[in-house]
Amino acid sequence: MLHNKSFVRKTKSGKITKNVREHYLRDDIYCGVPACKSCDSSAARLSACPSTILILDTNVVLNQIDLIENPAIDDVVVLSIVLQEVRNKNMAVYNRVRALCSNSARKFFVFSNEHHKDTFVQDMAGESKNDRNDRAIRVAAQWYQNHLGGVAKVLLITNDRENKRKAMEMGISAETIETYVKTLGQQDLLDLLVRPPSEDVVMEEVEDLRPSKRKVIYAEHKPMSEITSGLHRGIYHQGKLRVNRYNPFEAYVGSESIGDEIIIYDRTNMNRAFDGDIVAVELLPQEQWQEENSLSLADEEHEEEDVHLVPGSADDAPRTANPGQGSGANADLPSSRPSGRVVGIIKRNWHSYCGSLEPMPMPAGDGGVAHALFVSKDRRIPKIRIQTRQLGNLVSKRIVVTVDSWDRMSRYPSGHYVRTIGEIGDRDTESEVVLIENDIDARPFSSQVLACLPPLPWSVSSEDLANPIRQDLRHIRAFSVDPPGCKDIDDALHCTALPNGNFEVGVHIADVTNFVHPGTPLDDEASQRGTSVYLVERRIDMLPKPLTEDICSLRADVERLAFSVIWEMTPEAEIISTRYTKSIIKSCAALSYIEAQARMDDSRLVDPLTTDLRNMNALAKIMRQRRIERGALTLASAEVKFQIDTETHDPLDIGMYQIREANQMVEEFMLAANVSVAEKILKHFPVCSLLRRHPTPTKEMLEPLLRTAAAVGVNLDVSTSRALADSLDRAVGDDPYFNKLIRILATRCMTQAVYFCSGDLSPPEYHHYGLAAPLYTHFTSPIRRYADVIVHRLLAASLGIYKLPTVFQDAAQLTSIADNLNYRHRNAQMASRSSVELHTLVYFRKRPTDTEARIVKIRSNGFIVFVPKYGIEGPVYLTERSEKGEGEWFMDEQQQQIRKMDGSVTYGVLQKVQIHLEVVEPQPNRPKLQLTLI
Amino acid sequence: MEYVSPEGLRIDGRRPMEMRKLHAEMGVVAKADGSAVFVMGNTKVIAAVYGPREVQNRSQQMSDQALVRCEYSMANFSTGDRMRKGKGDRRSTEISLVVRQTMEACILTHLMPRSQIDIYVQVLQADGGTRCACINAATLALADAAIPMRDLVTSCSAGYLNSTPLLDLNYVEDSAGGPDVTVGILPKMDKVTLLQMDSKLPIDTFDNVMQLAIEGCKAVATYIREVLLENTKQLEYHRGV
Repeated sequence: MLHNKSFVRKTKSGKITKNVREHYLRDDIYCGVPACKSCDSSAARLSACPSTILILDTNVVLNQIDLIENPAIDDVVVLSIVLQEVRNKNMAVYNRVRALCSNSARKFFVFSNEHHKDTFVQDMAGESKNDRNDRAIRVAAQWYQNHLGGVAKVLLITNDRENKRKAMEMGISAETIETYVKTLGQQDLLDLLVRPPSEDVVMEEVEDLRPSKRKVIYAEHKPMSEITSGLHRGIYHQGKLRVNRYNPFEAYVGSESIGDEIIIYDRTNMNRAFDGDIVAVELLPQEQWQEENSLSLADEEHEEEDVHLVPGSADDAPRTANPGQGSGANADLPSSRPSGRVVGIIKRNWHSYCGSLEPMPMPAGDGGVAHALFVSKDRRIPKIRIQTRQLGNLVSKRIVVTVDSWDRMSRYPSGHYVRTIGEIGDRDTESEVVLIENDIDARPFSSQVLACLPPLPWSVSSEDLANPIRQDLRHIRAFSVDPPGCKDIDDALHCTALPNGNFEVGVHIADVTNFVHPGTPLDDEASQRGTSVYLVERRIDMLPKPLTEDICSLRADVERLAFSVIWEMTPEAEIISTRYTKSIIKSCAALSYIEAQARMDDSRLVDPLTTDLRNMNALAKIMRQRRIERGALTLASAEVKFQIDTETHDPLDIGMYQIREANQMVEEFMLAANVSVAEKILKHFPVCSLLRRHPTPTKEMLEPLLRTAAAVGVNLDVSTSRALADSLDRAVGDDPYFNKLIRILATRCMTQAVYFCSGDLSPPEYHHYGLAAPLYTHFTSPIRRYADVIVHRLLAASLGIYKLPTVFQDAAQLTSIADNLNYRHRNAQMASRSSVELHTLVYFRKRPTDTEARIVKIRSNGFIVFVPKYGIEGPVYLTERSEKGEGEWFMDEQQQQIRKMDGSVTYGVLQKVQIHLEVVEPQPNRPKLQLTLI
Repeated sequence: MEYVSPEGLRIDGRRPMEMRKLHAEMGVVAKADGSAVFVMGNTKVIAAVYGPREVQNRSQQMSDQALVRCEYSMANFSTGDRMRKGKGDRRSTEISLVVRQTMEACILTHLMPRSQIDIYVQVLQADGGTRCACINAATLALADAAIPMRDLVTSCSAGYLNSTPLLDLNYVEDSAGGPDVTVGILPKMDKVTLLQMDSKLPIDTFDNVMQLAIEGCKAVATYIREVLLENTKQLEYHRGV
C-alpha cells in the first residue's frame, strides 16, 4: 500500500537549496461518503445520502469563512491542499476550518488529496504554484465525480473565473459561492457573503458614471519588500497601532527603533490601519509635528455627518477631524513628540466587532439589498459599510460584523454581517456584547466536560481518609475569610499556638487537581477558559458549578479535600519551617471580611476562633511591614461595588470597594503561601515551573506620573521600587484622598504582571516588582484560575505524590499555555471593567448626579477627571465642541494647568472640581456618560 | 508545527506506524570480503567488511578474541549542502563507536582470536535515521562476509511528536527537536543491544515508543532475512547447484 514517489522542491532560505523529500502516495485514503461501496466508511463524516457534495476552492474558504460556519452549508469536502494554502495565508481561518472539520455536528470531511494516488498532480514546467494547486483541486473534484458516479452530485465552488472555466471544460459542475447561496434560498445567508473587495464590474460602472467623483482618499500601502528594506534602513518604524480611547482620530505607535511613541493624527495619516494592527510608520518632517495635546478629546460626533449609503459612496473627501490644526498658538511650535503616518500594514488585527447599524431611513422596497453603516461599540473602530437584505430586522439589534477589506477609494472599510446578538439596550444583550468583545466563552459546559465530574452528592470517602498522601487535619480549627456571599471558597486558614511559643500557621487551598485530571475534557476546557470572569451581575465559571460551589469549595462544617502549606512561625513572623501536604480539613466558619473584622475589633470576644484571628492579624502586620520595607508597593485601584436589585438586576447603588484589615490579613498569608510554593516548585523543576512576574516599569512609562507629581509639588523617586514606595508614602497632601489618588495614578503606569514558564527567562527576570519578591506564582485560587491548577500539579509532583503530566516536558506547549492564561486574564479584567461601565450607565441613566471629581490629566480643550465615589473616569470639555473655541484656553505643560486666556480661571492637575454626571445619547444606540463642569 | 495531521498522515504521507520503503543489496563492493547497500527511503548507506584478517597493529592483538573496528563517515555529497568534512568529528566518532559496539555484541569474536575485522560504513545520502541504516547495512555486510554471528542485528528509530509515537523518523521529523529513540535488537534472541535517546520522555510514553521501535526492528529483520535468502538462492543458482 505504499507508493514511493520522490520529488524535488526548491526552497529559498537566504540561498537556494534543493530539498528532496519523500512523498508517499497511498491507496487507503477514502472518500468519506458512507454510501460508497468501494471505500472503507468507518471514518466517513458526510451525510448518509448527500445530494450534493461541495468542494471548496481556497479563496472561498479564506474569504467566506463566516458563511461556511453557518449550518446551512454542509456536506463539504475540504481538500488537504486547500487546508495547506489556507494555513499559509491565514492561521486564524485555518483554525476555524479545522474546528469545523472536527465538529461532530457538522459534515465536513478532510480529503488528503495530496497523498492519494489518483489525485496527486505533478508540477508542470512553467506552471505557477497557484495554478498547480487549482489544478489539484479540479483533479480531486473530478476524481470525486467519477468515484461517486451517480450517488451524489459533486459541486466545485470557486470564485476564480479561470478555475471555474477550466473545471467546466473538464466536465465538473462548478459555481461561484454567490450563485450557490442563492440556490439555497435563504435570505439571511446572503448577508454573510463577503463581497469581493472591488467588484470590477461595479467599479467600472461607477467610474464611467461619475469619473470626477472618484477620488483616492488614502495613500497606497507600500509593498512588503519596500517596507522591509525601509525598516532596515531606518526610514520606517514598525510598531503596534493603538488608537486613543477618547479620540479615534489620534493613534500611537510604540516604536522600538525610536524609543518613543509616534503620534498619528487623523484617519488620512492612519491610512486604513485599525487598532492593534502592526504597521510601518514614516515620520513626518519635524515642522509638521504637532503639539501633543492640541487635539485632545476630539469627539466623534462631529465627523461624518453626511453619510452616503449608495455603493459608490467612496467619494467622500477625507475630513480632517482635528479641531484646530495649526490654529492654536502652540501648534506652530515644534513639539518633542514625533508624529508620523502609516505607510503600510504588516499584520492586520481585524476581527469581529459588536455594534449596531446607524439608523437610516428604510429604503423603498424593503427586502432588497440595502447598504448600511455599522457603528461599532468600540469607539476606536471606524464605521463599517455592510450590505444586508434584512435591514428591517437589524436596525434595532446588536449585531456582529467582520471587516473584509478597505479600499483606497473608500472612506470606510467594508465588511459583512455575521450574526445577531439581541435587542439593543437589553441588559443580557449588552452583557453578551461585553463577553464577545473580550473573547470570553460563556457557553454552558459540554456533556463530555460534565461527565468528568464526580457523582453528586459528593463527600469525603474512606479511601481519601486512608490515602497515605493525605493528612487528616480535620481536628484543626480552620476557617475561611472571603467577600460576603462568596460561594467559590478556595482558601482557608488556621493558626495554632504551639507550646514553644511559636505559631503553626496553615493555608489550605481547595484540592481542585484531585478532581481535574490532566488530559480530560474538563481539564482542556478549564485550560481554554483560563480564569473565571466576574461581571457585575454574573460570574462565568472556569469549572462547572458543582465543583466551583460545592465539591471544591471549602465551606463551613463540611469535610473537604485541600492542599495545605503549613509554616511554623515565631511570634516575630519568621518562618522556621515550611511543610506542604495534601489534607482533609473541616472548616469551622466561613466568615466575611466584615465579620472577621468585627470579631477582631470586638474586645469582649475571647473565643478560640477570635484569638486565632487576632494572632494571625498580628503576624500578618509584621509580615506586611517587612514586605513594605523590602520595597513592595502599596498600589490602589478604583474598584467599585454595585448593589444589585435581586429581581430586576438593576444596580441600586454604587460605591468604592472598602479594604479592611481583614482583607490585608488574608492577602498577606496568600502572598506568603504563593512565595513558598514558588520556591518549592522552582527548586524541583527549574525549567518548567509556571511563575508570575511583574517587569520593572521603564522610565518612559513612569514619565506621566512624574510630571503630574511634579506639578503638584510632590517629588517621587522611581529609582527602585523601595524608593517609589517610600516617596508614595511621603506624598501626603492636604486632603485624605490625595495619597490614594497618587497611588491610583502610579498603578496605571505599571506594567501588567504576567505568567511565564521559568525555562523561558533567566532568574533575574523572574522578579515581581510590585511585591518586591524574587519569585512569585499563583497557588491559592485553583477554583477560579487555571494557573493555580498547574502550580498545584507541579507542587504535587515535587512532593512525589503524582507524576508530572507530560505537558511540562514540552516547553513550547507550556509557553503557549502561559500566553493563553495571560490573554484570558487580561480579557477577564477588561470584561469586568466593561461590565462595571455598563452598569454605571444603567445606574446614571435614571439618576443624573452632581458630585466631586479630581482632575487627572490636562488637555488643551479640557481635562480628564476621575470620580472617586463611583470610580468613573471621563473627559470634561471646557470649550463647546461645536465652536472649538481654540485660543480661549491656554495649557501649561510644565505646571500641568489649563488657564483661561484672561487669567480668570485656572485648573490644575489633581484639583477638586464639581461635576455633573448625566447619560446622553449623542449618537443613537451608543449612550455615554457625559461629564460637565458646574 | 504539525507533524501528524488530524487525518493521521505524516508530512511525507506515511501513517505514524509506517516505515519508509526499504531496499537492500549485497555484494556491491567486489574487493571487500562482504558488502551491502541499505536504503531506508532517502537514506542510503553502504557498508564494506574486511576480515577476519591479520591484526595490523600488533599491540592491539587479542589472544582470545577478534578485534572489531568500525569507521563511519558521511559522503560529502550526502546532504544537500556540501558542508560536512569527513571523519573525525564528534558525531562520526560517536556513531563509529555505537556501530562497533553493537556489531561486536553479535559477532562470535571468540572463534577468531588474534584477528581483526574492519567494518566501513559510509552514508551516501542522508535523510534521517542514518545510525539505524548503518547498523542494518553492517549486519548485511557481515553476513555477506560470512562472519559468524549470534543473530542478525537490526535497528530502527522511533520518535514522539504531536503526542503521537512515530516510527522511522525522516530528517524533517528528526530535526523537530522531539525525542528520538534508536533501538537495536537481536530479533531471534529478542534482546536489545542498542538503546539511545535524545531529549526527554515520560517513562510510560517511552515504553510505547520503544515498543514501536522494536516492532520496526523486527520488520527490518524480516526484510533482511528475505534479502539474505534471495542472495543465497542467487549464489546457488550461479554455482549451478
